[in-house]
Amino acid sequence: MRITPFTKAFFIGFLSISGIFFAQEVEHNIDAAHDSSKDAKKKEIKADIDHHIQDSYSFTFFSDSETGKHYGFSLPVILWDDGLHIFSSSKFHHGETVAESNGNYYKIYHNKVYKTDAKGTISYDEEHHPTNAKPLDFSITKNVVMMFVTGLLMFLLFAGLAKSFKKGPIATGAGRFFEPIVLYIRDDIAKPNIGPKYKKFMPYLLTVFFFIWFLNLFGLTPLGVNVTGNIAVTFALALITFVITQFSGNKNYWKHIFWMPGVPVPMKFILAPIELLGVFIKPFALMIRLYANIMAGHVVLMSIIALVFLVQNWIGSGLSLVLAFFLSIIELLVAALQAYIFTLLSALYFGFAVEEHDHEEAH
Amino acid sequence: MEVPTIVGAGLIVIGVGIGIGRIGGSAMDAIARQPEATGKIQTAMLIAAALIEGIGFAALFVG
Amino acid sequence: MEKLINDFSFGLFFWQILLFVLLMLLLRKYAWKPILQAVNEREEGIKNALAAAEEAKKEMQNVTADSEKLLKEARAEREEMLKEARELKEKIIADSKEQAKIEGDKMIKQAQATIESEKKAAVADIKNQVANLSVEIAEKVIKEQLGNKDKQLKLVEDMLGDIKLN
Repeated sequence: MRITPFTKAFFIGFLSISGIFFAQEVEHNIDAAHDSSKDAKKKEIKADIDHHIQDSYSFTFFSDSETGKHYGFSLPVILWDDGLHIFSSSKFHHGETVAESNGNYYKIYHNKVYKTDAKGTISYDEEHHPTNAKPLDFSITKNVVMMFVTGLLMFLLFAGLAKSFKKGPIATGAGRFFEPIVLYIRDDIAKPNIGPKYKKFMPYLLTVFFFIWFLNLFGLTPLGVNVTGNIAVTFALALITFVITQFSGNKNYWKHIFWMPGVPVPMKFILAPIELLGVFIKPFALMIRLYANIMAGHVVLMSIIALVFLVQNWIGSGLSLVLAFFLSIIELLVAALQAYIFTLLSALYFGFAVEEHDHEEAH
Repeated sequence: MEVPTIVGAGLIVIGVGIGIGRIGGSAMDAIARQPEATGKIQTAMLIAAALIEGIGFAALFVG
Repeated sequence: MEKLINDFSFGLFFWQILLFVLLMLLLRKYAWKPILQAVNEREEGIKNALAAAEEAKKEMQNVTADSEKLLKEARAEREEMLKEARELKEKIIADSKEQAKIEGDKMIKQAQATIESEKKAAVADIKNQVANLSVEIAEKVIKEQLGNKDKQLKLVEDMLGDIKLN
């Protein structure tokens, strides 16, 4: 990626803003615990980080634990439980009360909706897992909202870029920043890894790259969302890559998996299950890589910022702050890098699937 | 059996670390030797590192 | 692994698939296709423009070479013409010199011949006059001398004496 002064300014501005807000978010929760012991504080920080990296039924910007007030907005909860139940998440009062909808009662326990009785009793098995029934949950959660926002942003940006090409051969506005990236994906990811049939896969590669990148960047903003660090999201993305790969696989690809040419027959029997396993491991690794990188990045960054308030002396806090700053820069890099790797590996797998050459002499 | 899995995870992480480190080092050597091929080397390095990392993650989460 | 399965939310997965596929289809129609097409067209245009520029450069070179050749030819021609003119000039000068010499010689010869003939005429004239004068003188002398007989005889004798001497 070319680094222009504009990009630099953009990133630095972005960084400083996100750093400030992150700090404020944590501060709010920790100030309240000022007098309590360090253990309590640690517990609170852990809860805060857990809350941050998990999905939520309401969009909370920050909470005041002293007054128990949450600043944010509620989101619709959509459940399928012998009929559609749609109600606002404000009915849950952040998991503290039981919500009633069409005669059914629901309660949130550990960030999941369970069907309960009117009192909200949850029964547990011996391993302390709830045994209550779980309705099918299609709620518009925080992450879904962010996905919609990202989708809308992408649509506006790239439809705008497409429109600006109608006026002339040179893009205008924000498109000038994104056009080289689009070209980079085409020339350096799709073309060399897929080959002459790259055109068919361009929409997916471009969409997945920008989708992951934007969501990674949103994850670094003070909005406190963690979409790409959620296993369901990365599973969905990896599944799409998997499906596209298998559906575009030609004879050559399947032959390579089940009856690899150029190796002795006994070896073929050993190789076939390994190759078949590889077909599933590849998207699995894709899913885990994105999830683990983003998740780990968030946890580490939040922990380091929390350390600022935990240590509470000039040297320790200062060091933590500097460390958090540099970690933020690394996370920005990771945000782009993970999007790049996901796209690159997807392109590589598509390349395997559509490859058209004789393996006889290649092996 | 809690301890062996953790130890195994640790071993895997060490292995993956050594592997990716070697890839990075070799890539540096290659770039130093042929600076004009930097782009290609970087791409190959990232792919190799990502594949090893994938195995690491898979083992880590299964174990 | 257990934690991962526990964390998995089917709702989020459902929305993600739905939204992503929709977004991909929408963007394909409204963004990626026109963008890639425009970029391709632009690249084609640049390629064509470069090729055209190269062509023009070649043409230009050809034209320059042509004019250079023409100039050279013209220069050679001029040189040739100048040389010819110089030669012609020299030849004309030499010719005229020759002519003049011949003419002069001829004139001199003519003059010499004229002088000669004039001289001859003059000598003849003088000769005639001298003869006439001598005859007249002789007449007169004879007339005078031959008045007396003696003298006549003497003369004859003298003349005879002369002849003897011859």
